[in-house]
Amino acid sequence: MRRLSWFNVTSLTLGFAFLYLPMVILVIYSFNASKLVTVWAGFSTKWYGELLQNQAFLDAAWVTLKVGVAASTLATVLGTMAALVLVRAGRFPGRTLFSGMIYAPLVMPEVITGLSLLLLFISLGVDRGVFTIILAHTTFAMCYVSVVVSSRLVTFDQSLEEAALDLGCSPFSAFRLVTLPIIAPAVISGWLLAFTLSLDDLVIASFTAGPSATTLPIKIFSAVRLGVSPEINALCTIMISIVAVGVIGTSLATKRAAQRQKRDEQAAARAAG
Amino acid sequence: MAVPVFAPWDDPTQKPLIQFKGVTKRFGDFTAIDNQTLDIYTREFFALLGPSGCGKTTMMRMLAGFEQPTEGQILIGGKDMKGVPPNEREVNMMFQSYALFPHLSVWENIAFGLRRMNQSKDVLEARVEEMLRLTRLTKFAKRKPHQISGGQRQRVALARSLARAPKLLLLDEPLGALDKKLREETQFELMDIQEKTGTTFVIVTHDQEEAMTVASRIAVMDEGRVIQVATPSNIYEAPNSVYVADFIGDVNIIEGAAKRAGDGYDITWAEGVAPLHTRKEEGELIAIPDGGKAYLAIRPEKVAIHTEKPQGMTNAVQGRIIDVAYLGNLSTYHVRLANGTMVRAQTANTRRLALRPFTWEDEVWLSWTDTAAILLAE
Repeated sequence: MRRLSWFNVTSLTLGFAFLYLPMVILVIYSFNASKLVTVWAGFSTKWYGELLQNQAFLDAAWVTLKVGVAASTLATVLGTMAALVLVRAGRFPGRTLFSGMIYAPLVMPEVITGLSLLLLFISLGVDRGVFTIILAHTTFAMCYVSVVVSSRLVTFDQSLEEAALDLGCSPFSAFRLVTLPIIAPAVISGWLLAFTLSLDDLVIASFTAGPSATTLPIKIFSAVRLGVSPEINALCTIMISIVAVGVIGTSLATKRAAQRQKRDEQAAARAAG
Repeated sequence: MAVPVFAPWDDPTQKPLIQFKGVTKRFGDFTAIDNQTLDIYTREFFALLGPSGCGKTTMMRMLAGFEQPTEGQILIGGKDMKGVPPNEREVNMMFQSYALFPHLSVWENIAFGLRRMNQSKDVLEARVEEMLRLTRLTKFAKRKPHQISGGQRQRVALARSLARAPKLLLLDEPLGALDKKLREETQFELMDIQEKTGTTFVIVTHDQEEAMTVASRIAVMDEGRVIQVATPSNIYEAPNSVYVADFIGDVNIIEGAAKRAGDGYDITWAEGVAPLHTRKEEGELIAIPDGGKAYLAIRPEKVAIHTEKPQGMTNAVQGRIIDVAYLGNLSTYHVRLANGTMVRAQTANTRRLALRPFTWEDEVWLSWTDTAAILLAE
């Protein structure tokens, strides 16, 4: 392995500082005893306590969680179905158009997505609230899911599904018993991606949320406009730690599984040879 | 005690298990199978043999129900299979990639098909155990497919496809992924299992040795058509075309003009040398008009090699040894005749190396009997 030169070390430090310094500062100030955000007055966890007393924040967190779970589940179902059709179905008229269209929301500015959904809901006369946010989040998260799932399906050996049919499965039970368990990791990561996207979305949510439903990002954004409070820092720190635990846990589990698979294969090869 | 010969295809009272009736399969403009008619009988070990792209896999996938014929009919056990999906056919398939379910153990893989049959738990478990014993996998029942070797995976695939006791088992290049030695062992295992279970096997392969070893009958295919269907020995000894003769084993082809002579034909094949004579021990040779183009197909092991001109042989030609391929048990001599035709002669090495009389650049005579060559028109 190459030694680290001074240049590499500097690039690495600067790169990581650029990415993480703002978050580190946020985390540090969440433990600030002072009410003034920029003045350090000793260590304290009181803002975390106050956060738990703040009913408005707790309500927003609950709405966000509901929206996240519902939207990402819906998006996973629809996205997986879309991926199946786009990968499996051979040529049909408009196939290229469809596969192009599934990717379009990835590059569409969120403002446009949000605005168009708002206009749709108004023209249909739908009352805006939790339900409309769920629909909106499903719409934009679904294409991310379908991208993740279809990249797995491309490498899926289709003879596995044929084998299931051959052994007496109906097409649906072949999917349920063979395809789904095998592509499950991709479906789960699609769900997690959709959940994360829904969790931190501000733009689309603010277009489609009504007075009755406020998500956490909307709440934080409007609170910050009145001035940054240490409570917000504490809230953000909690969110960062949840995400960090999730990401580290997933990557560790994936690595473990890969290592175990490799070990088993080597053992089988040795036993045969 | 004489064992009755298994030959239902010669018995007009036997009803075939599988009938292809004028089956054509097109993929867009490409014709994969061209107006095919073929009968396969119960308990047969039937091989579809041909180079890749000849349509043999398409034939098999139509039997399994993954493809529907564009025209014609396929009958299994007398029933038209049109529109019957794979899961409702009493046919199982062993896939070339094995297609074992990676998330299930060996035991669960074998039980997979049985679970779709609404059997009681005891019956199911007994059947899985029986299959594990048949394929000698009992020790590996709890392992996942990635925890066993290639040969074991092949046996799991076989056990899984046999578990439902299908009327017909399809095997798609079942031994392609195994090394030579394991492949040969497995061929005999397959034949053994086929006999024990009494299932009809249809195997797809491009390996002619494999087809010869395992099959009761072979269909040699080329470009969507079956060229010849016959037992391995008939395919080898009585091919119906140069294509089949050339595809199965080694063969020398001598081209010439035929002329009726006595009980056979004289073949004029070169200027200034005596014509070759060919006849059949029994039955009639194919009819070729006088002066018509004919081919003689002679297997290298039926060509004898001499230092002097052999006496009393009609079919004797002179040439020079260009190459000797020493295979241990056999040697193949590549001999160039006066007109440039290459003929291979094969001899068993019954003597030690130093005692053999032929080597490179020797002038030799080659001969074969009147009945050794096969006369072909195309």
